[in-house]
Amino acid sequence: MALSRFNWRSRAESVVIPLAALMVALVLFGIFCMFGGKNPFAVYAAIFKTAFGSWNAFQGTLLRAAPLMLTALCTALPARLGLMVIGNEGALVLGGLGAAAVGLILSYGSITPNPAQLQTTLGLAPTVVQIGMALGGIIAGGIWIAIVGALRHYRAVNETISSLLMNYIAIALLNHLVEGSWKDPASLNKPSTFPIPELYRLGNIGSTRIHYGLIYGLVACAIAYFLIQHTTFGFAARTAGGNVKAARIAGLPVGQLTIIICFLAGSSAGLAGMVEVAAVQGQANASIVAGYGYAGILVAFIARYNALAAAIVAILLGGIINSGGALQRSFGMPDATVLVFQGLVFLVVLYSESLYGRFKIFKEPEIPLAPPPATSSAVPV
Amino acid sequence: MAAALGWWGVPLGILAGTLRGSAPFLFVSLGECLTEKSGKINLGLEGTLLTGAMSAYAISYLASDKWGIPATVSPWLGVLAAGVAGMILGFIHAWLSQQPKVNDIAVGIAMIIFGSGIAFYFGKAFIQPKAPQLPTIDLGNWSAMPALQSALKISPLFIFGVLLAPLMAWFFKSTRWGLFVRAVGDSPDAALAMGVSIKRVRMLCIIAGSFLAGIGGACLSLYYPGLWSESISSGQGLMAVALVIFARWNPIQCLWASLFFGGAQAIGPALQSVGVDQGRYLFNAMPYILTLLIMIITCSPKKTLSGAPGALGTING
Repeated sequence: MALSRFNWRSRAESVVIPLAALMVALVLFGIFCMFGGKNPFAVYAAIFKTAFGSWNAFQGTLLRAAPLMLTALCTALPARLGLMVIGNEGALVLGGLGAAAVGLILSYGSITPNPAQLQTTLGLAPTVVQIGMALGGIIAGGIWIAIVGALRHYRAVNETISSLLMNYIAIALLNHLVEGSWKDPASLNKPSTFPIPELYRLGNIGSTRIHYGLIYGLVACAIAYFLIQHTTFGFAARTAGGNVKAARIAGLPVGQLTIIICFLAGSSAGLAGMVEVAAVQGQANASIVAGYGYAGILVAFIARYNALAAAIVAILLGGIINSGGALQRSFGMPDATVLVFQGLVFLVVLYSESLYGRFKIFKEPEIPLAPPPATSSAVPV
Repeated sequence: MAAALGWWGVPLGILAGTLRGSAPFLFVSLGECLTEKSGKINLGLEGTLLTGAMSAYAISYLASDKWGIPATVSPWLGVLAAGVAGMILGFIHAWLSQQPKVNDIAVGIAMIIFGSGIAFYFGKAFIQPKAPQLPTIDLGNWSAMPALQSALKISPLFIFGVLLAPLMAWFFKSTRWGLFVRAVGDSPDAALAMGVSIKRVRMLCIIAGSFLAGIGGACLSLYYPGLWSESISSGQGLMAVALVIFARWNPIQCLWASLFFGGAQAIGPALQSVGVDQGRYLFNAMPYILTLLIMIITCSPKKTLSGAPGALGTING
C-alpha cells in the first residue's frame, strides 16, 4: 500500500469519534440536568443561543476561545513528546505577571511608578510596548514550563505532578506580588498591579468587541501545527514521543527537544496571560486565574493534540463557557455546572480513545491478494 | 490563641496544625498507596477529596437539621457518605482507566475536573449552613494552658488513620490478598500465572483507595478547618499523591510524610498568628514548594525508585 495515499478513512475516524463523544457527553449532561429538575432541551437551546445564536453572542464565544487556543497548546505540544504537562494555569499567571511588569516598565519606567512618574508615559509607540508585553508573557511563561521539562529530563520528576504543583506556586506568587511589592495603592477591593495605560492595551478588531488576542491564538495554533507536522524539528519531537529509546539511538537530542518544546508550550500559555492582562483586565490581578488553564487541557485532549483542531475545539468550548452565565441567570444553576459539563466531556472523550480502530468502516479496505494456489490434498489439521 | 504566648506560639501552632492538618494527607496518601501498589495511578483523588468533604458536610447538616438525627450521630453519617461518594468516583476511575489505550493519568486529570465540578455544584447550597462537627478526643486535659489544651484536641479519624497505616503495611506484607495486590502491581504476568484477575484486584484497590480519600475529605469539612468552601482543599489531594512517591510506597512512611506535610502547612498560619504577615502567600505555598523539592531530591533519571511497583506508569501494565 502506498504510504503517501491520503487515508481519508482514518482522518474521518479522528473527526467522527470526538464529535460522537461530544454528543454523548451532551446527552449525559442532559440527564444530569433532568435530575436537577431542568428541561434538558431548554438547557441545550439556551447553551446554543448564548454561545452561537447571534453575531453578538458569537463574539463573546470567540473572546473566550482566544485564551483557550493558547493554553491548549501548553498541553498539546509536550503531548507530542509523550509528556503530560498540565501547568497551563501557572504559565498563564506567570505570563500575565511578565507582561504586566514589562508593560509598566515600558510605560512609566517602573513597575511601581510614583505619582510623578504616573503623570507622563515614556512616550514609546504602542506597538513597541505591545510587543514588549507579548515577549514578557512569552518568556516568563516559557521559562516556567521549561523548568518542568528540565526537571523531567534531568531528574525524572513526573511532569504532570510537578506542573500541577507549580500552578499553585504561580498563583501564590501572583497574590504575593499584587498584594505586596507590586501593588497599586489605589486598588483597594481587588489588589492589582498598576494599570497599563489605555493607549498601550490590545485593542479590538475593527468594530467588533473581539480583541487581537484571537489573532494571537489563531496564529500560534497555525505555527504550532506547521512546526510539529512540517519541520524536521517537529519530526524529531514526534519520533522521540513515539519511542524515546529509538530516538536516543538515532542520536536525537532528547533533552534539548524536551526543554524547547516545554518552553514553547509555556510561552503559548504565557501569551494567553499577556492577552488577559493587556486586553481584558488592563492589569495583573487574581481575575486572570479564571480557569482558562484547566479548560485548555480539555481542549488539547479533545483535539487529540492537533494544534489546528485545537483552534476549532477552543471555539466550541469557548461557547460552552460563554453560556455558563446564561445557565446561571435563566435556570438558577450554579456556576460549577460548566465544570461538571467539562468533566463529563473529558471522561467521555477519554473513553472514546479506546474506540479507535474498532469500527470497520474506518479501516482501509484490504487490497485483495491473489488467491492461494489450490491444493488438491487439503489435510485438516 | 498563640498571641498570648508570644513566639512560643509558633512551635505550638505548628504542633497543633500538624495534629489537625495531617489527617487528610494521611487518608489520601494511604488510599493512593493502595491504588499504586496495584499498578495504577489515581491523580483524581484531589477531586475525590473535594467531593468527600462536600458530601460529609452536606449529610451531616441534612441529617441533623432536616431528618432529625441527633447531632452526635449525624457527622458519622457524613463520614460514611464521604466514603461512599469516594467509592463511586473510584469506580468511574477504575473502570475508565482499565479500558484499552486509555491513560490513567489523563483519567485522573478528568476526574479532578469532574469531581470538583460535582462538589461545587451540589455544595453551593451548603456553604452557608453550619453542620455538626465530629467529636474530638481531648489529650490536653493534664495541662493548665488553654492553648495547649486546644492544640491537643485530636480527631478520632486521625487516630483511625494512624492505626490504619501499620495495618496496611501488615496487609501488604503478610496476607494473601496483600500478596495478590503486590503481584498485580509488580508483575501482572506473575499475577496472571497465579490465577489472579488483574482487573478485579485493581478495581477493588482503586475503589478502596478512593473510599479512604473520601474520608480524608470528611476530615477537612467535619474536623479541621471544619467548614465547606470551594477552596477547602486547594491541592492537598494532589500533594498526597506526590507524597506517596516520597514515602516509597510504604504505608508507615506515608504516616511520617503526612505529619511532615501537615506541619509544613501550619507554618504560614502559625507565623501569621504572631503577627508575621510579610509574605504570607509564599509561606502558605510552602507545602507545594516542599513537595516539588522533595520530588527533585528523591527522583533520579538513572534508576527506577526503590519500592516502586513494577507495572506503574505502563499503559495497561
